[in-house]
This record gives sequence, structure tokens and C-alpha cells, in this order.
Amino acid sequence: MSAEAKQDVAAETTERRINMIEAINEALDIMLERDPDVIVMGEDVGYFGGVFRCTAGLQEKHGRTRVFDTPISECGIIGVAVGMGAYGLRPVPEIQFADYIYPGLDQLISEAARLRYRSAAEFIAPMTVRSPFGGGIFGGQTHSQSPESLFTHVSGLKTVIPSTPYDAKGLLIAAIEDNDPVIFFEPKRIYNGPFSGFYDRPVEPWKKHPQSVVPEGYYRIPLGKARLVAEGEELTILAYGTMVHVAEAVAKEKGVDADILDLRTLVPLDIEAVEKSVEKTGKCLIVHEATRTSGFGAELSALVTERCFYHLEAPVTRVTGFDTPYPHSLEWAYFPGPVRIGEAIDKILKD
Amino acid sequence: MADPADKPPRGGDNRPALALHVPEPKSRPGDPVDFSDLDIGEAGSQPRPDEGAHPSEMTGLAYDLIRVLGDDDRAHGPWDPKLDPETLRTMLRHMAMTRAFDERMFRGQRQGKTSFYMKCTGEEATSIATSMALASDDMVFPSYRQQGILIARGYPLIEMINQIYSNKGDKLKGRQLPIMYSSREHSFFSISGNLATQTPQAVGWAMASAIKGDSRIAATWVGEGSTAEGDFHSACTFATVYNAPVILNVINNQWAISSFSGFAGAERTTFAARALGYGLAGLRVDGNDPLACYASQLWAANRARANKGPTLIEYFTYRAEGHSTSDDPSGYRSAQEREDWPLGDPVKRLRDHLIAIGEWDEDRQAAMDKECAEQVKEVTKEAEKNGILGHGLHQPFRTMFEDVFEELPWHLKEQAEQATRERIKKFGEKGPNR
Repeated sequence: MSAEAKQDVAAETTERRINMIEAINEALDIMLERDPDVIVMGEDVGYFGGVFRCTAGLQEKHGRTRVFDTPISECGIIGVAVGMGAYGLRPVPEIQFADYIYPGLDQLISEAARLRYRSAAEFIAPMTVRSPFGGGIFGGQTHSQSPESLFTHVSGLKTVIPSTPYDAKGLLIAAIEDNDPVIFFEPKRIYNGPFSGFYDRPVEPWKKHPQSVVPEGYYRIPLGKARLVAEGEELTILAYGTMVHVAEAVAKEKGVDADILDLRTLVPLDIEAVEKSVEKTGKCLIVHEATRTSGFGAELSALVTERCFYHLEAPVTRVTGFDTPYPHSLEWAYFPGPVRIGEAIDKILKD
Repeated sequence: MADPADKPPRGGDNRPALALHVPEPKSRPGDPVDFSDLDIGEAGSQPRPDEGAHPSEMTGLAYDLIRVLGDDDRAHGPWDPKLDPETLRTMLRHMAMTRAFDERMFRGQRQGKTSFYMKCTGEEATSIATSMALASDDMVFPSYRQQGILIARGYPLIEMINQIYSNKGDKLKGRQLPIMYSSREHSFFSISGNLATQTPQAVGWAMASAIKGDSRIAATWVGEGSTAEGDFHSACTFATVYNAPVILNVINNQWAISSFSGFAGAERTTFAARALGYGLAGLRVDGNDPLACYASQLWAANRARANKGPTLIEYFTYRAEGHSTSDDPSGYRSAQEREDWPLGDPVKRLRDHLIAIGEWDEDRQAAMDKECAEQVKEVTKEAEKNGILGHGLHQPFRTMFEDVFEELPWHLKEQAEQATRERIKKFGEKGPNR
């Protein structure tokens, strides 16, 4: 059964609606239960249950050697996870904010990502590094960054970004079961409910949102498969994380007949879904929150241009954050919101 | 506004001018060498605490130097591991073999058979004697100068040479720099070129072993220069926080390429004393004394196995050769250092000990050295049949795309197809190494 079909079944049968934090918690709970080799660790994840509560109750249920706090040392957290993976465990380390991942970069880039290759598969690092990322919560320049493109540049790492509770649960389960190291970025702006990008309007909670239906129990969404959020003929919008919701809201408000593709995983990328959509619409808009220069949008733009050039009827266009650090007081001016996206849509449709 | 750095303080300002200290070794090329300030103590005079002792009860051992073999070539004191002669001869043989291996591989590099090699001359005890004190299935996370562990663990020499030559027999498919071995079967973790990264990994492996209620412990080796890396400090923190069953070995061989140990902080304290700030057990050991190396590692292994905690051990030794085949130590240090090193040569010290206790003689030593050299020569010839670096007998090029991920994703498939096209264009359909 396809993920979409499963979702429909769930919508009809259980109607259980939870937020992304709860969905992540459930995925971890299920995997801790199913696989004695799964270990959850990170700053504050144990007794307290994580600063965003993603791991709440897990230590109490699964014990202190399965779910535990760590020293404030991203290098240590990721480094010990590599050793645990080599032993045969499946560690799921949490980096409290993606902005803090940099001290652990060498362990991720040079070690976890390359261990399988350099040892000719004698040793592997089957770990899933979870980390909340992105802005829109007044987190300032050190709690708002979207560093995903750094990781997509590294051979041997998989990069996963969910945009709904349903996907968060199914993708996280798939990531934990994957034998390669995975970076699992959680868009913290939509931890509690979808965000339309209209920051001055009330936020719709997940319980009122159709995507919030999450089945109980185990299911997985394969890595490398995009989700078609909306079907349209005029334009393809490629997005992931929070920006899926913003793009969806803007397209709806403007009445644009757009194919909206939630990429879900950046590496491996669902290139077939991208090609199919762009070949149909002939126009492609890429939306991400990360800074523009060398962002993942640049890669997407190059791929679309290389592979769909003769189908294109307008320049492939990017809407992104600006190339500045995330400014605390001006975060909504930084954020690639409805105005910026709307302007790009107008321009691309005029071409 | 502050004064420019190159001007004296402003008039009327009586604050003293600050001065930066940049460490400088005591001798440079051509200089006489003076090691008289080294306090190497009397063999056998260092106390041996109980293996379960609290780190605070043994702080002195982080500054002292544990020694067993005295100037009389006899074993002394409480750290004498009382090894039987057969074990001592095995240890000596591993050392002789490692030396013979280094000698031949160094020559191989000079003959253009490979790109790079690193000898461990003078440091053999720190890997051979120490690994002999571990169980064969304890996991080791070595740095790049612990080839002695593989030799002590019986890893086939031909596999080592295949790896060094990156030839078609290389189990690592020609991906790693020479000497960066890996053997899961021999519980020898894949070596990284990025320094000290293996230290938190060893701690993580040990934590995993403890989580699973296993009985195997982990040990890691790092050079004294690399203790300046953040990874090492993360490893110490995690090791102590979780009481991980791990041994953190620091090989203080005095030189990190051309930077002397002062640049890692040796002028201020010992590397073993790093343990104290973390609440780790810390031992400082004569790294050229094979019996002291064995005894200290066994002490730490027993401690870890009994859940009494991790240990940081500094092996005080000397890198008798250059850092690697790409290095010329005559450019930065006095040649006399090697000659005058007060702790001698580990192979000679063990040999002399065996002779002193009537279990060995010069003739047997000469015969063994010859036998080792011949064996390495034979195996080298055998390995060369699999090719040498750059001579066309290397790994099939298609292996380049394997093992990046467990399964080949579309983008790598496309790139592999491109590589195939390029290959056919260059060499034709029946080209080499398909």
C-alpha cells in the first residue's frame, strides 16, 4: 500500500490526530520497543524528555541505558554514536538545535559518512542524527539555521526532512532501520502545527489539519520518495519542511494550479517525481528557508535545467532565505514568506 | 585605543608588557642533546594500586614513570607482570617481525611500490606488549602507528602488504591510504586519517558493549600531539561520565611531525595528568619497557572489565624514525636525540632481559631477525603478484561506487555508467580492470 493510500485509510478509520512532536516520540517509542539495539541519546533527552519534548516518557519506559542524557559535546555525541554503530547498535542521537551541529561535523562528514566506504563495508555507522532546524520561532541566529545543504554535499549521508506528523513518524522509522547514517532534520516551526507563512494570522493546529492523521503502531515511508501535496498543471513547486505548507498556502491563496512536491528526502532525491512534474508543467519554482547561495535549491535548479531543459517554459526560479545570518528581530523579513513566493509565482507564470 | 603591538606601552603607563610564549624544543639539528632533566626514576619503585582503586588514590602515577626493567635487565617491583619465557619470546618475535616489516615496506616505498609508509621504530612495545595484554576480541581503535597490534594478533602479513600496495588483493578496495588497515575479524577498527576521531568512537563502542552486557572492552591509541584535538577531550568526558570500559592510550613519542610535544602542552604537565581533571585513572609508563607496557595495559583492562572505570595511559617513548616516508627529521631535530634517548630501545631491552634470565642468546636473536626478514621478503613477493600501486593491477574501477551507501542510488548509478563509458572510450570494450 502506498504511503498516501495508507494515510487515506488512516483518515477513514482511526482519525487519530497528533502533532509532529508526538509523532516523533511515537516513532522512537516503537523502535525502542521493536529493536533492542536502538539507543536514544542527546542533551536533555532522558528524564526531562528533550527541550522540545520529543523524547518525553521514553527513559521511564525503556530504561536509562536505552535513553539517556549526554554531555554538551556534539563531537562526543556523534563520535560515540559512530562507535556504537560499529559495535552493532542503532543509535539515534539528538542534536538539540541544528545550529549546534558544527562541532560534530568532522565525526559526521569524515567518519560516519565514510566508514562503510573506507572499510569496504567491514564497519558501518547505522545512526540517525535527529535535529530541529529552521526558524520562525524567534530563535535568533543560533537557533534558526537550515544547514541541510552542507550535508547533502557529503557522500555517504542521507538527508531527510519531514513536513507532516504522518511523514515524520514513517520517515523516522525508515531512517532508524536504514543501515546508512541519516541526518533527520525536524522543522521546528511546524512541530505543533502547520504554518502558512502568514505570521500575523492565527496558526492552524495539527488537529484541524488533514495531514495530522497518524496511524498508531508501526509503518514506514521509504527514503527517497517524494510526496505529491497538490496536483496542478501550471507550475511545479519543489519544497520541503516548513516551506511545503507556506507554498501550499500561497498557491491556494493565489489560485495557482500548481503541482506541489514535498521532497521529503534530499539525498537520495526522488528525481523521477521531479522530472515527471516539471515535464508536465514546464515551470519550476524551488522554495527553501536556507540561505540562497549554494543552498539545496541551487542543486535542484541545476538538475531540473540539465534534465528537463526542453520542457521548460520559464527560468527555474528559487525562493530562499537571504544570505545573512538569521536576524532575531527581523526574522519575518528574512523568512521566505508569502510575499516573496507570490512575487516569484507571478513572475514565473508571466514568462 | 590599545597601543600597536610593535610599540612599547604609552608614556606614563607602568603596566608590564605582555609576552607570548612559543614553545621551542631543547635541541635542533646539530645541537648537543641533554636529557638530564628527565626524571626517569628507578625501575620497580612505583607503587601498583589495586585495579579497583579510586583515581584520587593514584594521582602520583600520572607524574611518575612506571618501569619494570632495570639497568641490570632484570624485572623489578610490583608492576612486574611475571610473564613466562615463552610469552616473552613471542613478544620479542612480534617486535622483531614488526621491525623487519617496517624495514621492507619503507624500502618498498622508496622503490616506488607504494606512495607512503610509516614506521613505528622505537615504539613497538606500545602496541605489541599492550595488545598482548588484551583479549583477542577486545576492540582496538588504533592510530596510524600501531601495525604491531595486527602482527601480534596474527593478521596475515600479506593482507597488510596488499593494503599498502592498494593492489587487487587489498580488501579495502584500494580506497585507503597505505597503512590505514581495517580488520573486523581481528577486532581492529578502520583507521582514519583525521586525528583523534577514533577516541570518542572507542568510548562509544565500549559504552555499547556495556549497554549490551557484553564482556569485551575497547582500547584506543592516539599520539600526544593529537591530544590537543577536541575529540580527545570529548572522549575523556564521555569515558568518565559513563564509566565506559575503555582504555585511552596516549603514545607520547615526543614529536608530531616537526612539532615537539611542547605544542600539545608537555611543557606544563604530563599527558597522563590529563586524566586527573576528568577523574580518570591515569598512569605514566616507560613506553620502551615492554614489561611495563604489558603490565599497565593489563591493569587497565582488568579495571575496565571489572566495571571499575576507564584508564588513560601515557606511554613515554621516542619516535626513532621520521614521521612518515614523506618526512625528514634531520630538518628539525638533533640526530643525537635518537642516540641519547635515555630509555633505550624496546627490542633491545626485551632481548637483553631474556638473555639476562638465561632464556635467550645473541645467536638465537640473529637467527630470528634473519628469519623475520626472510619471511617478510617472501610474503612481499607473494603480495607483489597482486600488483603494486599504480601498475595496473589495482582494484576494478567499478568498485569506486560501491559502499558509499548500502544500495546504489540513482545519482551514483548514473555516475558509474559515465565512468564505464569513459573507460570503454579510453581502453575499448576489453579494457583492464573492468
